Amino acid sequence: MNLEQLQRAVFEVTRQPLTPSEKLRPRLPDGRSIREIADALIKPNDRMTAFERLQVYNQQYWFRIMGSLSEDFPGLRSLLGERKFEKLAVAYLNECPSESFTLRNLGSRLEAWLRKHSEYIAGVERVAMDMVRLEWADIEAFDKLELPRITADESARLNGDTVLRLQPHLQLLDLAYPVDELLFRIRGLDSKTDAASNAVLKFPHSWKIRRSALPRPGKVYLAVYRLQGAVYFKRLTRDAFTLLQALGEGKPLAKALEISLVRSRRNLDRLSKQVQEWFQNWSSLGWFAQQP
Amino acid sequence: MPANRFNGNSDYGVGIGLRVPHYQHIFSKKPVVNWFEIISENFMVDGGRPLAVLDQILERYRVVQHGVSMYFGSAEPLNREHLTRLKSLVKRTKTPWLTDHLCWGSVDGRYTHDLLPMPYTFEAAKKTARKIREARDFLEVPIAVENVSSYAEFHVSEMTEWEFLNEVVEDADCGILLDVNNIYVSSRNHNFDPFEYLHSVPADRVAQIHIAGHTKYQRLILDTHDHPVIDPVWALYARAIELAGPTATLLEWDDRIPSFDEVHREALKAKRYLPAQLREAS
Repeated sequence: MNLEQLQRAVFEVTRQPLTPSEKLRPRLPDGRSIREIADALIKPNDRMTAFERLQVYNQQYWFRIMGSLSEDFPGLRSLLGERKFEKLAVAYLNECPSESFTLRNLGSRLEAWLRKHSEYIAGVERVAMDMVRLEWADIEAFDKLELPRITADESARLNGDTVLRLQPHLQLLDLAYPVDELLFRIRGLDSKTDAASNAVLKFPHSWKIRRSALPRPGKVYLAVYRLQGAVYFKRLTRDAFTLLQALGEGKPLAKALEISLVRSRRNLDRLSKQVQEWFQNWSSLGWFAQQP
Repeated sequence: MPANRFNGNSDYGVGIGLRVPHYQHIFSKKPVVNWFEIISENFMVDGGRPLAVLDQILERYRVVQHGVSMYFGSAEPLNREHLTRLKSLVKRTKTPWLTDHLCWGSVDGRYTHDLLPMPYTFEAAKKTARKIREARDFLEVPIAVENVSSYAEFHVSEMTEWEFLNEVVEDADCGILLDVNNIYVSSRNHNFDPFEYLHSVPADRVAQIHIAGHTKYQRLILDTHDHPVIDPVWALYARAIELAGPTATLLEWDDRIPSFDEVHREALKAKRYLPAQLREAS
């Protein structure tokens, strides 16, 4: 057996979901005996069988990635409760194993995966999807690039043909539920780790939101952005959101304003006044970046 | 402290890992610390607080980068995006040397995020050494590889772990980040004499030493980095210093992290093992 074959075999076993009692499964999905695979690959010692030694790595794998996903999505976890979240996380990570050198990207495919597997969020689909989008936006806003801001001179020269560039860390969300308020309530449990050890002992634990405490539906337009190292949530009006979204799509300023006006219920005069205020505010928050 | 070509001919003394719970203490108290080790992957991002914190640290302290997912021992090629981001970080920190583990952890671009033990074969040693050379050439900084603690051994192994380490570092012409706690943990899990391991390590290649605590269970020891260093590990450290000379040393404490002062005090115990004339200077 060469290096590649050995690593493929160990990886296949290591990433098998744990049993309900957090042990290594006896068989692979194709029916092969893991005990036989372990015996063929791993030396036993005077205290542990080959199977038990391989189990250590199986447990480490799941404890680590489950812990990481839990840290990144405390809101979803609290919405679903411990058991349902674990079920969802195991199914997601089993189908979408990490393809990045950093655990930071572990949840990058969760929203898309949940669109195909809504059975894992049955009963709270819309609010759970909104929460996942918000929590991923929070991760993106935390460490995405901040480009140099446009200068006062550049601001003064803006015209209808100007294409404004939004900061890469600015995330725009159109939510059906006020999950931003809910996440504020849930926060405080987070304690990220940055260890270089190769041992993880257990899953972290959390609490579940009572069904009666779930938010009522309510449209929220939200900007998630970073300022001086901290991530902020800022609620927007629908008109402001539409305008920013059009700018983010690379529309020239005049076209973006036109789109916003067409969708707006306000008249041109009122909207124009608002736009000036928005631009002042957004510029002060550094949302507009210089063009390359 | 003596320097060698594997640690950029630097002279760093005793350092500790830079960890989030200590940020406030470090920025407000500005403690005297010889150097900080950072986990490279935590700072291989586009922007935000991680890089702002790092830049603040770099204004006052020396930093050495330690990686956890280069996976020199994986059969697949190195991840180019990883290397590119790592090089950008190397330019930022000006780390005199860079470390990662002698292990594997990815298959077909899928990551375990664990430090999996190598099969100690000549094929694995050759492939691993080639990847270390490739990374060093790209990154343009000396590389040292760390021996990991392990909980399993493979039937296909053709040599001991220490023979494998020697084979790799000689072929790659790279340095060693000698983790004496990992030697101890593996020696208990696999029933070998840790001093036999230590005595076989090419002392002139030791760029850095790691010390740490671990957790003992009934049937195995796990490398948890959540306790003080135990005496048998200090004994290994003392012998390592006798063999390699005073070497840049780093205490790892990653879980149930106590106060900054407690971690730093524990790290500075390493000075007891330095020759008397170096104790005050380091």
